[in-house]
Amino acid sequence: MSEHQVELMVNGKPRRATVEGRQTLADALRVELELTGTHVGCEHGVCGSCTVLVDGAPVRSCLMLAVQANGRSVTTVEGLAHGANMHPVRQGFYECHSFQCGFCTPGIVMTTAAFLAGNPSPTEHEVRESLAGNLCRCTGYQSIVEGVQRAAELMREG
Amino acid sequence: MRPAPFDYVAPTTIEEVVALLAEHGEDAKIVAGGQSLIPMMALRLARPAVLVDIGGVDSLQHVGPGSIGAGVTQATLEREAPHPLLAEVLPLIAHPAIRNRGTIGGSIAHADPAAELPAVALLCDAELVARGPAGERVIAAVDFFESYLTTALAPDEVLTEIRFPTHHRTGFAFREVSRRHGDFALVGAGARVTVDRAGDVVDQRLVFIGVGSTPVIAEDASELEPSDDVHATAAYRKHVAGVLARDVLLTARSRA
Repeated sequence: MSEHQVELMVNGKPRRATVEGRQTLADALRVELELTGTHVGCEHGVCGSCTVLVDGAPVRSCLMLAVQANGRSVTTVEGLAHGANMHPVRQGFYECHSFQCGFCTPGIVMTTAAFLAGNPSPTEHEVRESLAGNLCRCTGYQSIVEGVQRAAELMREG
Repeated sequence: MRPAPFDYVAPTTIEEVVALLAEHGEDAKIVAGGQSLIPMMALRLARPAVLVDIGGVDSLQHVGPGSIGAGVTQATLEREAPHPLLAEVLPLIAHPAIRNRGTIGGSIAHADPAAELPAVALLCDAELVARGPAGERVIAAVDFFESYLTTALAPDEVLTEIRFPTHHRTGFAFREVSRRHGDFALVGAGARVTVDRAGDVVDQRLVFIGVGSTPVIAEDASELEPSDDVHATAAYRKHVAGVLARDVLLTARSRA
């Protein structure tokens, strides 16, 4: 069993942790760095709840070892909070009530932030495909699709 | 749910990777993107004592029209599309969050019979380059896939490169049917069609996924022997395979 020192940028701040080789990035964020906004659902890469951005690209943090994130830049859902100013994805989800229990929401917010950065004017079909890797057991997705579309509008309005 | 404890090592050269595999043999597993291996470790279906991460080996990262490094991510291939078939197939693989980590070499070496990239290797007659203690050897794609998650790679070998031969006057096409976009395909079919100067078909190949213990080369879907499972019946898979085969043959023919 190996232990490793990792240094990474998390939400713009340099952070360090000592992790076991087998510790996932999701667990390191939650346990070592106390960033519990990242939720851990299925723990084998199916549900999408633990999605974070690594160097700007969405990844499943349960399928990446913390040691593999050494030297990388990680953005979690906490990184979208800027005081009283809501990130457009948060604002869109708030307006459309794009959650019920909220467990899947951090992963969907991070997936959507990356998706809209690459596709600012998606069709409804594209929005639904973008959400295919994130499971929500409550909403039936309708309000999430609406929230993503509202977020896109807000981002286009700047 | 955690992987069983292991030693993590991250070599930066292929020589170090080969030396580690020689030292640890079957106790070692190679991880690239980890999008198949880490779930298997979390479920304790795989319990390697040593995990050799090849993500930091720069020599596995090249992308060219005839040759792709085994460590290139699926997201990079989707963006750069060095082969027209890859441009069509990559968006079908799981979701962006998976493709950002998953690699071409990892998918081929993992050899899931429902995965797309092993079928691409068969359709293109790719040459799979492996490095081991005895040096380099080239394995034809048709000799590579042996059974479910089992390939011709020895435990002390690492897949380093996927070479794509040039096919003239040839078109490719691939389609699959899955319950939702990004799910594992219930069944998929790819075609390669080569025509002569007059436009007549002189060669063709069909490859099917999700219908056996490996990706399957067949003359047509009637030869397939898929199984029933919770997702679809064998009869349904065989029917859909026939519909897809007709479609990809026509599309590949039109692109030749």
